[in-house]
Amino acid sequence: MDILVCVKRVPMVGGRIAVTPDGQDVDTRMSGFTVSPHEECAVEEAVQLTQRLGGTVTVLTLGPPEAADQLRDMLALGASHARLLETDGREWGPMATADAIADAARRDGPYDLLLFGNEAADTGDYQVPVRVAHALGLPCVTGIKHLEVDGGGARARREYRGNEEVFDIPLPAVVSVKEGINLPRYPSLPGRLRAKRAAIDTGHPPWHGEGLRKDGLRVPAQEQRQAQLLGSGVEAVPALVALLDELGVLR
Amino acid sequence: MTVLCVVEADEGGLADSSRRVLAFARGLAGSSGENLAAALFGPAAGVPAGELGECGVPDGYAIDSAELTGYAPLAWARALSGLAASLPATAVVAAGTDRGSELMAHLAAITGQPMAANCVSAARDEAGGCRLVRHRWAGSLLEDATLDAPVAVLTVAVDAVAPTPAGAPAVTAVHAVEPELEPGDLRVRATESATRGTGISLATARVVVGGGRGVGGPEGFAPLEELAGLLGAAVGVSRVVTSQGWRPHTQQVGQTGTRITPELYLACGISGAIQHMAGCLGAKHIVAINTDAGAPIISRAEYAVIGDLSEVIPALIAGIRQHNDKS
Repeated sequence: MDILVCVKRVPMVGGRIAVTPDGQDVDTRMSGFTVSPHEECAVEEAVQLTQRLGGTVTVLTLGPPEAADQLRDMLALGASHARLLETDGREWGPMATADAIADAARRDGPYDLLLFGNEAADTGDYQVPVRVAHALGLPCVTGIKHLEVDGGGARARREYRGNEEVFDIPLPAVVSVKEGINLPRYPSLPGRLRAKRAAIDTGHPPWHGEGLRKDGLRVPAQEQRQAQLLGSGVEAVPALVALLDELGVLR
Repeated sequence: MTVLCVVEADEGGLADSSRRVLAFARGLAGSSGENLAAALFGPAAGVPAGELGECGVPDGYAIDSAELTGYAPLAWARALSGLAASLPATAVVAAGTDRGSELMAHLAAITGQPMAANCVSAARDEAGGCRLVRHRWAGSLLEDATLDAPVAVLTVAVDAVAPTPAGAPAVTAVHAVEPELEPGDLRVRATESATRGTGISLATARVVVGGGRGVGGPEGFAPLEELAGLLGAAVGVSRVVTSQGWRPHTQQVGQTGTRITPELYLACGISGAIQHMAGCLGAKHIVAINTDAGAPIISRAEYAVIGDLSEVIPALIAGIRQHNDKS
C-alpha cells in the first residue's frame, strides 16, 4: 500500500518559549527544529504498515527550504520518498496548506492512506487533515490511537471522554493520529546515511490569504511567577503536609 | 443573528466543557447584542433545559433523527451547518475537545469558512469581524487574531475559560430539529463505544501526582503510586517517561497527552518543559518537588520543595499517614 504522511517543521521548544521583538514569531535563534510527536508517530505507523503489507511511504512537508532537514529525519526513520512544498517564509494558514497538500496528493497519488498528526505543535489548527479529506472526497477520522489495516479497509480507535470509539472505514482514507499509537523507533545508522543521500522532490505551490489573520503573539502573564519555597529536603515535609491539608486534599 | 454553541450532556447533565463554551459564547454574543443558542444531538427529552437556562441560553435545539444514532462526524457537521443556515448563525462555537475540533473542522470544510481553533476570548469589532485571542503551542503562547468570515467557526480552549453561570439566567425553549443529510455523510460513524478502564481518570482527577525524568526509572514510580493512593490521586507523567517506555502513554500529561484540571498537581522530578506545562493549564494549584531550584517548573509552580524525591516522597507518605491517624 502507498501511504502519504504529512509533517510540519516547528521549533524545538524546551522549558521556555520567547517571541521575536516584533511580536510576530517564536524566537528561534536558540532552538533547533523538529516535527510534532504526533507526526513522528504517523511516520512510524506508516513504516510499520508498509513493512507488513508492502508498499511505499512518502513523507511530505510544506515549509521553507530548511524543512528538508525534517524530511531527511523522517527518511531516516524508514520513509521511502520525500516531497517538499517550498514556501518563501510567509506563514501559511490551514486553508492554503490543505489546498497545497490536496493538489500534491492528486498529482503524485493515488495513495491508499493519508496520515497526519492530530494537530500541529505550534498553531494547533486541528483542521488540515479534515480539509484535505473534503478536497479529495475521502472519509476521515481524527485523534486515532490505534489503527488496523486489512484489505480495503481500516479499523481505527480513539478515546473520547473515557470511552473508546471504533470506526470502520473504507480505504483510501485520511487518518490523523496521536502520540501513543506506537513508540517511534530511533533512526538507524544505515537509515541516516540513506536519508542524507536521498533526493527530495520539490514543488512551489501558490499561497493564498484566508479569513483568519494573526495580529501578534505574546507570552501569557502567568508565566512570570516564582514558586514560594516550602523548604529543602525532608525538612520541608511538615510544611508540605500542612499545605495539602489547607488545600483540602487530605482525607 | 445568533451565536450557536454545540453542547453535550449525559446522565450527569450538561458537560463541564459545554458550560465553558457557553461562558465564552456569552462574551461574543454580548459584544454584538446577538442571541445565544445551543445545539445538542439526541432527543429533545435529553436537553438539560434548566442548566442551559442557568447559562443564559434562551433556545436549545435537539438534533435528532432515526439515521443519526451514535457519533458520525460528517453527518453531525452537516446537521449543524443546516441548523446554522436556518437561524441564521453568525458564529458556531464548540469545545476544543477531540470531538468539538473535529466537528468544527468538518463544518468549516463543508461551508468553505475559515476556522479559529482554541480561542480564549472573542468580540465583534466595528467592521463586523471577530477579534480573537487564541492559544498557540497549546496555551504556552497567546495569539491576537482577526477573523473575517460570514460565519465565525470557533473552538474554545476549555481549560482556559471558567464555567461561570450567566448573570441573567434565561428560560430555555427546546426545539426539535430533523437534520437533512447527504449521501455518504454516514460513511464514517462510531460502530461501538465501549467504556474501558476503571479507577481514577487522569483527565478528571481532583489530585494528580506527576512523575518526570527525576523519578529515575520504572521502579521509581512505586512510591508515587503509594502517595497517589493516599491522596485518592491519579498518576501522571511527563513525555520523557512515556518515550522511555517507563510508563504507558495513557498516563502522559501534556500537549500530546492528557490535559488535566485538578485542584492540586504535585509535580515530582518534572523539569517543566513547555510540552508538559501545556497539559496543566487547568490545574488550580501546582506544587513542585525538584532537586534543581533553577528548573522551569519552579517559575510555573505556586509552591516548591527543593530536594531529592527518594527522600522527600517517603517522608511525605509518612507525614500524611501521621496526619490521617491523628484526624
